Amino acid sequence: MIKSKSLILRTATRFLLPLQLLFSLFLLLRGHNEPGGGFIAGLVAAGAIALYLIAFNVDETRELIRFSPHDLFGVGLFLACIAGIPPLLMGHPYFTALWWRPEFPFFGEVSLSTPLLFDVGVYLTVIGAVLAIVLALAEAED
Amino acid sequence: MQLDLLVLFPVLLPMMAAAISVILWRSPLAQRIIGVVGTSGLLAASIWLLVATRREGIITMEMSGFPPPFGIVLVSDLLSALMVLMVGIMGFTVVIYSLATAGEEYERFGYYPLMHLLHAGVAGAFLTGDIFNLYVWFEVMLVASFALLILGGKRPQMEGAVKYVTINLVSSMILLTAIGLTYGLTGTLNMAHIAQTFQEVDSPMVTVVAMMYMVAFGIKAGSFPLFFWLPASYHTPPVAVSALFAGLLTKVGAYALFRVFTLIFTQDVEFTHNILLWAGAITMLTGVLGAAAQFEFRRILSIHIISQIGYMLMALGLLASPDIPEEAAHLAIAGGIFYIIHNIVVKTNLFLVSGVVYRLLGSYQLKDLGGIYRHKPFLAFLFFVPALSLAGLPPLSGFFAKFAVIRAGLEAYQGVVVAFALVTGLLTLYSMVKIWMYAFWSPLDDDHPRKHKLTEPNDATTWVMYTPIILLLICTVVLGIYSEPFFELTLASAAELLDPSQYIEAVGIADEISHPIEDLPAGGGE
Repeated sequence: MIKSKSLILRTATRFLLPLQLLFSLFLLLRGHNEPGGGFIAGLVAAGAIALYLIAFNVDETRELIRFSPHDLFGVGLFLACIAGIPPLLMGHPYFTALWWRPEFPFFGEVSLSTPLLFDVGVYLTVIGAVLAIVLALAEAED
Repeated sequence: MQLDLLVLFPVLLPMMAAAISVILWRSPLAQRIIGVVGTSGLLAASIWLLVATRREGIITMEMSGFPPPFGIVLVSDLLSALMVLMVGIMGFTVVIYSLATAGEEYERFGYYPLMHLLHAGVAGAFLTGDIFNLYVWFEVMLVASFALLILGGKRPQMEGAVKYVTINLVSSMILLTAIGLTYGLTGTLNMAHIAQTFQEVDSPMVTVVAMMYMVAFGIKAGSFPLFFWLPASYHTPPVAVSALFAGLLTKVGAYALFRVFTLIFTQDVEFTHNILLWAGAITMLTGVLGAAAQFEFRRILSIHIISQIGYMLMALGLLASPDIPEEAAHLAIAGGIFYIIHNIVVKTNLFLVSGVVYRLLGSYQLKDLGGIYRHKPFLAFLFFVPALSLAGLPPLSGFFAKFAVIRAGLEAYQGVVVAFALVTGLLTLYSMVKIWMYAFWSPLDDDHPRKHKLTEPNDATTWVMYTPIILLLICTVVLGIYSEPFFELTLASAAELLDPSQYIEAVGIADEISHPIEDLPAGGGE
């Protein structure tokens, strides 16, 4: 893909990318009780990176994400699968939600849970899958 | 060890195997190892599940600990467990075969992860007790099978894949609509709960919904008149993929029909099951006639799948007969299940044999083949046995499958449909003899470019390809000669299916929520 000539787009993307990624994290974390979650957050993050791809090019985008989309996809699927296993060890059915509320300095009480792990897995899977498709399409255009 | 974990493993293991082999996508060797380890794990888990289900009765698992009908339940009755066992056997044998045939080109494009995902999808569809979840597993299966279908990206593959995906999406949409209507009518998605609620709903909508399910699952099963996607696509991908598709995919549709039309829609059997019966009769005849016109090894086999699906539909449809004795009803369903099992084994095996022939002679066109019987009599034997079994000659598995279905048909006084079945059996033999005559018996041209391949002794790769074929051949023979315990198993399964209260009780909807909608409008709303 030819590097976009638009200086405005490239400059704006540099500012927008971190904002969009932060927003995707926000969606990911609020997901359990409110609208949001791993799937939509993953789409937002993948959208942010796709914007970067339009503004720059395939090689620079690959450099930006560092990991191969396949790896993200695989790790995500793996995390989502094992998120159901801790309850099994404690004698509950698969995927039963387990909560853990440790105290941290500054943050106070933080709710960590197996659904969160599952959502992180979905998040990575969605990013990986969407980017694998988008990058393959962009490369085919070259 | 908790019993309910056993229901989980056949879905979880291939899922994990898929994830790990995606992570290790750079190393083909690691993927092959995970392929073999993962599918042998699946096979072991499925055997264990069947043994436990036989001993303990229906096993359920409530995902996340939400009680049904709120959460998703996985349910393993004998039918599900038998089908999952077939996934295990097919997964294992096809992966062994793939070691010899997949090649690095496919492996780099995710051949093994997709295989695992397909196994997970099929096993999930067999085990779920939730109708929406069934749709989700169908989609998992569809995505994985679509990607496998276009691996390699050749032109005929694309053409077949477009038809395959389009018609399957249509089927999924119809299924989704039907699920929506079901939810509107009953307020639940749990299959046991739907069955319970539908007993009390007296609305013409029930039959409408039943027909939508029939169309959706009928497309997936490849039943008349919605089968045209199958011969367009099944012969195009790598042969191991064809074999797996031929064995498992259409049977998921057949399984879903068996499940839904014994558990949920038993209100108006004379209407719904009669359609299944005649669709089955026409399906078997069109399938076998279509195959008679073909001269390509894999095309003949794939069109034959349709004709075999007809027998399964016929078995299920026999329940429509008003004066069918109870024993014959059991025999029909047991025969249908036995037929599914027999067909999965035999069909996959024939596809695997076609792959060996292709490796030797470089073609699937019958006219370019020949001389195999003379130079490779063992390979000819490996084709001969499953081919005869498919045609239904005793003492192989196909004979007992057909015998049960046809006998049940006679006892239900469905002489015309039985005649269809017998003619189809004869024509099946014709197709198999055709392949035998052209590819195996006729002499090979002396100037055939690959003649030396036939006269050389088998190399190691060929033996790797032989292993799964021999394993499946043993299955066919054992299912035939030693069929009694297997038939008892399918009879027990039929008894479970024909008495849905067992399934409903095992899922166990709590009393206070099992009748939530007292005043359901009779006409489906004003």
